Amino acid sequence: MKVGRVVFALALLSAACGGREAKPRITIKGSDTMVILGQRFAEEYMKRNPGIVIQVNGGGSGTGIAALINGTVDLAQASRPMKEKEKADVKAKRGVDVHETRVALDALAVFVNEQNPVTNLTVEQLAEIYKTAPAPWVLYGRDNSSGTYEYFKEHVLRGADFNARTQALAGTAAVISAVAKDKNGIGYGGIAYAQGVRAIAINGVEPTDANVRNGTYPIRRYLYFYSVSTASPELQQYIQWCTSPEGQAVVKNVGYFPL
Amino acid sequence: MNRGRHIRDNLMTVVFTAAGWIAIVFIALIFLFTFKEALPVFNAKDLHEFFVKAQPEETMEMRYIWQPVSDEPKMSFIPLILGTLKATFVGMLFACPIGVAAALFSSEFAPPKLREFIKPVIELLAGIPSVVLGFFALLVLATWLQSAFGFTYRLNAWNAGLALGIALLPVVFTISEDGLASVPRTYREASLALGASRFATAWKVVLPAAMPAVFASFVLAFGRAIGETMILLMAGGNAAITSFHLGDPLRTLSATIAAELGEVVFGDPHYSALFMMGTLLFVITFVSNSTGQWVIGRMQKRMQGTA
Repeated sequence: MKVGRVVFALALLSAACGGREAKPRITIKGSDTMVILGQRFAEEYMKRNPGIVIQVNGGGSGTGIAALINGTVDLAQASRPMKEKEKADVKAKRGVDVHETRVALDALAVFVNEQNPVTNLTVEQLAEIYKTAPAPWVLYGRDNSSGTYEYFKEHVLRGADFNARTQALAGTAAVISAVAKDKNGIGYGGIAYAQGVRAIAINGVEPTDANVRNGTYPIRRYLYFYSVSTASPELQQYIQWCTSPEGQAVVKNVGYFPL
Repeated sequence: MNRGRHIRDNLMTVVFTAAGWIAIVFIALIFLFTFKEALPVFNAKDLHEFFVKAQPEETMEMRYIWQPVSDEPKMSFIPLILGTLKATFVGMLFACPIGVAAALFSSEFAPPKLREFIKPVIELLAGIPSVVLGFFALLVLATWLQSAFGFTYRLNAWNAGLALGIALLPVVFTISEDGLASVPRTYREASLALGASRFATAWKVVLPAAMPAVFASFVLAFGRAIGETMILLMAGGNAAITSFHLGDPLRTLSATIAAELGEVVFGDPHYSALFMMGTLLFVITFVSNSTGQWVIGRMQKRMQGTA
């Protein structure tokens, strides 16, 4: 009766606690721009190597880098390069060096609603729009934890502030959804997500595959993996695979540009 | 036998007292933790930056800026506080009159069968997760409002406030309705006996008698509105703008904490600023609840003639 219930409860408890997986595990966190790419990488790699478990999370490049500094993640995905200060923080907090790997090329596309007649903007015009919010433009952007936000701020705004009226949304998909619903909307994000909106030309150059790879499209960036020098051999193998021809084929499938 | 009972009594007293104190201790510890994390930035210069410092710009809008990720971080709380107040204002504007009217209808005018139906249905509203309400406001409500009123910005204070009002409605309704129902029957009977109509009775006798409860429901709704995160994060547009115009997008203190706490490095000024916001929210809620309690106490005393 009472003893039986106690034994049953203990049995349930031990069943819940036991059976821990012996498979090595890699945790990845960071850029929302890269989250789909990261997940595809992980899926393809796990198909070929069933003996390993890889977990991928978003949250923004800033979140991933902060996690790398705090030591709560194995690999950080970032759509912007790590700052010197951040690398120094890793050294100070964890006593290890940061290892940077470029895994793909991305074009930062500027999206407008399909009904919008604008087809081309210069970088200066784009910066003016995002600094002064002239009517009738309604500005959509990313939150400040995003690498895309930082990249846009550094390379398009040249360090100036976004206008206070820029609405901060949580992910390129959210930005595109907002622009698709708003005929005066303008937004920015990774080119892989464009659906239902139009990606305009910048300085007269369209964001096509050729233009991005040969560098004529002015706002393109690398997508990075950041790990530490004490990374496990499984993680190092994974990073190597992602930059191999097999991994780069995944990049192409997702919609980014291989190195 | 007597001694056993005595011991059990003492034991249970201790247990209940401990349980009561545990709740208080938890709240105190949470406050202390939040405050401690905010402490590094808690000196005169930073307080000045959070609440007073203005950029040298012409328009009101450009003077108070929240842009912490920048070569020159700008960490003014003013746009965020304003955003929180705007959303709370619209939410209360929607929820308070409708909630009290619904409670009045339910307790005074509705036939018993209808009352049995209304009360659980409105309380069901309370069960909708706020993220679902936020999602609904983001996708559907914003489009409706924009086509009905022609707003420039799809996600604005009206949209967020309306969705917030839907979340506040059950709070106001439940507590007001309980208050109205517990007004003694004798009040109603006396009023009707003196020749007043049902409406006059409800409006001039029952409602004033239930004012402490109605006011308590407003205070609770206010506390809920100030702290509400998900709805305002999704439906408000998240633009930290110092503007009194309700057609503009807004960004609240709680939404800022939710969106930005994930990326900060522990110990950064940005991190401390976010915890400062948490402390601020805590203090606002505490002060509003305490003030509310005091006012309710006064109302009750006045009602009973002991003030």
